[in-house]
Amino acid sequence: MWQKLLKHREALLGLVILLMILSIGSRVPSFIASDNLVGIFNDTSILIILALGQMMVLLTKGIDLSMAANLALSGMIVALINFHYPDVPVWLLLILATGLGLIMGAINGLLVWKLGIPAIVVTLGTMSIYRGIIFLLSGGSWVNSNQMGADFLGLPRTLILGLPVLSWCAIAVLLLVSYFLSYSRTGRAFYTAGGNATAAYYTGINAGKMQFVSFCLSGMLAGFCGYLWISRFAVAYVDVANGFELQVVAACVIGGISTMGGSGRVLGCLFGALFLGVINNALPVIGVSPFWQMAISGTVIVIAVLLNERGNKRKGRLILRDAALARQKMAVKS
Amino acid sequence: MTSDILKQPAASTSIFQRLLCWEGFLLAVTLAVFVVNAFASPYFLDIWNLSDATFNFTEKAIIVLPMAMLIIAREIDLSVASTIALSSTIMGLSAAAGVDTPMLVIIGLGVGLLCGLLNGILVTRFNLSSIVITIGTMSLYRGIAYILLGDQALNSYPESFAWFGQGYVWGALSFEFALFILLSAVFVFLLHKTNFGRRTYAIGNNPTAAWFSGINVKRHNLALFALVGLMAGLASVLLTSRLGSTRPTIAMGWELAVVTMVVLGGVNILGGSGSMVGVIIAAFLMGLVTFGLSLLNVPGIVMSIIVGAMLIVVISLPIITRRIMKRRHA
Repeated sequence: MWQKLLKHREALLGLVILLMILSIGSRVPSFIASDNLVGIFNDTSILIILALGQMMVLLTKGIDLSMAANLALSGMIVALINFHYPDVPVWLLLILATGLGLIMGAINGLLVWKLGIPAIVVTLGTMSIYRGIIFLLSGGSWVNSNQMGADFLGLPRTLILGLPVLSWCAIAVLLLVSYFLSYSRTGRAFYTAGGNATAAYYTGINAGKMQFVSFCLSGMLAGFCGYLWISRFAVAYVDVANGFELQVVAACVIGGISTMGGSGRVLGCLFGALFLGVINNALPVIGVSPFWQMAISGTVIVIAVLLNERGNKRKGRLILRDAALARQKMAVKS
Repeated sequence: MTSDILKQPAASTSIFQRLLCWEGFLLAVTLAVFVVNAFASPYFLDIWNLSDATFNFTEKAIIVLPMAMLIIAREIDLSVASTIALSSTIMGLSAAAGVDTPMLVIIGLGVGLLCGLLNGILVTRFNLSSIVITIGTMSLYRGIAYILLGDQALNSYPESFAWFGQGYVWGALSFEFALFILLSAVFVFLLHKTNFGRRTYAIGNNPTAAWFSGINVKRHNLALFALVGLMAGLASVLLTSRLGSTRPTIAMGWELAVVTMVVLGGVNILGGSGSMVGVIIAAFLMGLVTFGLSLLNVPGIVMSIIVGAMLIVVISLPIITRRIMKRRHA
């Protein structure tokens, strides 16, 4: 019974979110008004996009702790450009932010792929490097909303069919990533590379290269969110999104994406992010101090990991034992 | 995973020699930094200044010692900085309630130990990845500190409590530094001269083989987690006593500095090798570098770029040199 429920973890998680919304709604009816729900989704959009990027890295057995710093740095760069050269069109800035994110992701990816340094070490290092560069560029000063152009600030707020562009961005990225992971060759290779590197090797998939590609993608999405974040909150400073990488990892872990690589679904990732989004929005409504937020997400991460890693414990079987042994002998000889 | 394990026999033949070289190299760099600092600033060689210099790294270095053992045994604890924050918060609240110094120290150490035990139990009982669990407890522990304190600060510590972080044992030798020297000796002995230390290496090289040779891997790792927690509690006592106040943001980001020191000391981040002497030298090196930079008025956030870059460069250097050596052999 318990096992069966765990198999449908996305459905279970969706149910939990629904129950949470309803139970809060029964106490505070305005919480379930449709525009408040749209507001919650809009609030969570950036988390959803980042979690999708993190998910791809986790699938290939990596982890990207530099996402928030990457977001802050690309955001700061476009904010500074917008401040000093107001004539640069917003779409160009959006592309620039995405490109900058891609470069930062590629640096992470190259270090992991080419030098074989564990992803957590690389991204812990680049996290503080990227964050420090923001200080060097901005000199520690802020870029405030009155220094940003109206176009720059307006884009994520523009309504299309009743939804802000920010929400549409999240939906678009969700669909793209979902298609990419389910139907493209590279996307499927992510699962293979993370699930069983030996098997991936024998099927001609370069697991390291897949990690590189996933880091590039997560970097791209982080850069993209860099613009969205700065323009949504209308301020850029050194500590933008400080510690947000933990929320992103938490969203993935809650959504059932294994940190051991190779398993997890886009729907889970979406629900994981929404779960945190609903909690963050509900705390002030039910009168709990926002200081509780950090401890709650920590507890939720621990519980989610406990449930997950027990839920999908499957034994790997080494079917090409002879080949592996032969390789080992070769390695000892050389 | 399998391929990593299979590759190891080939690599381990020269690891010992490489480590010897690594420690020599570290020592040379440390001395060089010392000399450069002495020339760069006329105030550097003053005995009281040097004594001051030790303050900004001894608390971290005290956590580095057990962390090195934990990483050698293939685990990691990213929650140490949050453990410091929680332990400091509870000490602060107890002090505000009128608890006296000896009991405060016991409370500080106890909270640290409990945090470490909880990490250890979660990781070993349920077979979970220590990185993810300690990322979770990292925000849990600091989160509790936030719940208890909000945006307040606690600073009603008894006067005698200040001695741990500000007192001197003999001349310019501070209590903190003397304690670090003593603990260093204890940990060198523990890792290199006892069964416990040998088991740590055995587990790090191959947990399965270690288990088959009769080592209770889970209990051993639990003990290591508890030790890291206890030392984080001790660091919290020293730091709180030195600062004389507690905020929820205390020791923010220290886990990065601690892991950097361990890796800089030549410990393989994937476990199985490393030496305590290297780690101790690395702690001195980092301390000297940051102190030298602060004498030159380099802001803290720029130092974090340097620390981050050092972490990556130091790990990639041996990998790159090994690759070049291999190419030469081929």
